[in-house]
Amino acid sequence: MIRDSLGAFTGSDTGADRVVPPTGFTASLTLFAAGAMAFLAVFALALSLAAGRLATSWGEELARASTLRISAPAGQQAQQTDAALRLLQQTPGVASARALSEEEQQALLEPWFGPDLPLADLPVPQLIEIIEQGEGFDPAGLRLRLQAEVPGAVLDDHTRWRRPLVAAAGKLRLLGAVSILLIAGAVAAMVTLAANAALAANAQVIAVLRLVGATDGLIARAFVRRFTLRALGGAALGAAAGSGALLLLPSAEETAGFLTGLAFVGWHWVFPLLVPLLTAAVAFAATAIAARRVLGDLR
Amino acid sequence: MIELDNVAYSYGGGELLSGLTLRLAPGSFHFLTGPSGAGKTTLLKLCYGALVPTAGHARLFGEDVRRMDRDAIALSRRRIGVVHQDCQFLDHLSVAENVALPLTVAGEGGGDLEQNLLELMTWVGLKSRADALPPELSGGERQRAALARAVIMSPEVILADEPTGNVDWEMSQRLLRLLVELNRMGKTILIATHDLGLIRSAKTQVQARVLRISNRKLQAAGADL
Repeated sequence: MIRDSLGAFTGSDTGADRVVPPTGFTASLTLFAAGAMAFLAVFALALSLAAGRLATSWGEELARASTLRISAPAGQQAQQTDAALRLLQQTPGVASARALSEEEQQALLEPWFGPDLPLADLPVPQLIEIIEQGEGFDPAGLRLRLQAEVPGAVLDDHTRWRRPLVAAAGKLRLLGAVSILLIAGAVAAMVTLAANAALAANAQVIAVLRLVGATDGLIARAFVRRFTLRALGGAALGAAAGSGALLLLPSAEETAGFLTGLAFVGWHWVFPLLVPLLTAAVAFAATAIAARRVLGDLR
Repeated sequence: MIELDNVAYSYGGGELLSGLTLRLAPGSFHFLTGPSGAGKTTLLKLCYGALVPTAGHARLFGEDVRRMDRDAIALSRRRIGVVHQDCQFLDHLSVAENVALPLTVAGEGGGDLEQNLLELMTWVGLKSRADALPPELSGGERQRAALARAVIMSPEVILADEPTGNVDWEMSQRLLRLLVELNRMGKTILIATHDLGLIRSAKTQVQARVLRISNRKLQAAGADL
């Protein structure tokens, strides 16, 4: 029957389709439900993919970078910074170490204190950005050496606050994946209900068709084709609307990072295109199973 | 063509039919009669594979019904035309499309389909009603449309269950003439009816055998009919 049903989409036999009466109201309900589900699926996908990207970028970029903070009395600031930089250059696993300029530090503080901050008048610590290479450095060993040579230095290797963020992003991705599975299940349930209702409402049609020699394959094909096309159409509209909504989200990359990162990047645009196809596949299977069960009870 | 060999059928409780043997030879004309509830419809259903006997063997064109899968049953229906008393149609399709339905579901239909359909509709006197929808037809028109639908595949056997149950005498004579004509064209006919007048009038036109169901058995009815 599955093979027969598949044949319905390659053949141009419209006769088989016409034997089932058109049903306006339930048809539009199926269309609407498929569309709504596809819309939600697009967002769940975007969420999942964005969370994945976030987890990866946080995991990688932050793991490759550390910060050294030097808080020394005003006179010793420059000297300790030089000492720290020298020490870092000799440390295995450090690709580069660079003291942030006054402008960069000002840019970091600006969101918190406003643009007119007189940085020079404040005891602001000097920051050194460390980029790692290979296996990275040994933070415990580095801390010991810094303690001896640069007493005002505090090493922050980011692990403390990186881990929960990466874990949260991973959870978010899992949540998105679970949502997609639930949506697919809901589509299957909805189509099964609609197909069962249609099959029950058309019991007389099915009896007449059996009487005049219609095979189960042909009868099932008429229903399966109809529901699959409905689900495909509805899901296409829903996915298009969902993708459009994502495109319309304001993109303010630098400031709000995660929320506006809710979009598809590059080849990920394939996913919203797959949503209608998967919806149609789910509807196809659900209707084929429902039709086979109903027809099996008749003779 | 259709053989019932020592067939019994029971609906849950007691047996409705038992030890029943029937052989429909090509070109034969049979009436099946008996009181209401005697099992006429059940016997017809056994003859087109809608029911499977609870004992004995039913063979359609030499094949045992029990060994036929659903598709084989469907294919055998294309060689057996069935007319019910309360014939049902696809109400959203026109009469002409309903009559052509067996061709549609069989995936047939060539260039001369239109011509054949027209001839058939003319033969049953429904040419002017071809575009009507089935609910708009009268009882007699429905029966004739059902007959046309039953014969469009040029089946070897035609089974009719009370085909004249819902129509007046004149219309029943008209239907009978159509069935007799089909028999003369070589079709095997089995008509279930309790209308003895119909049987009498048929006997003046065709060599018909009359079978009666009584006490769960099939008997040849006497010459009194």
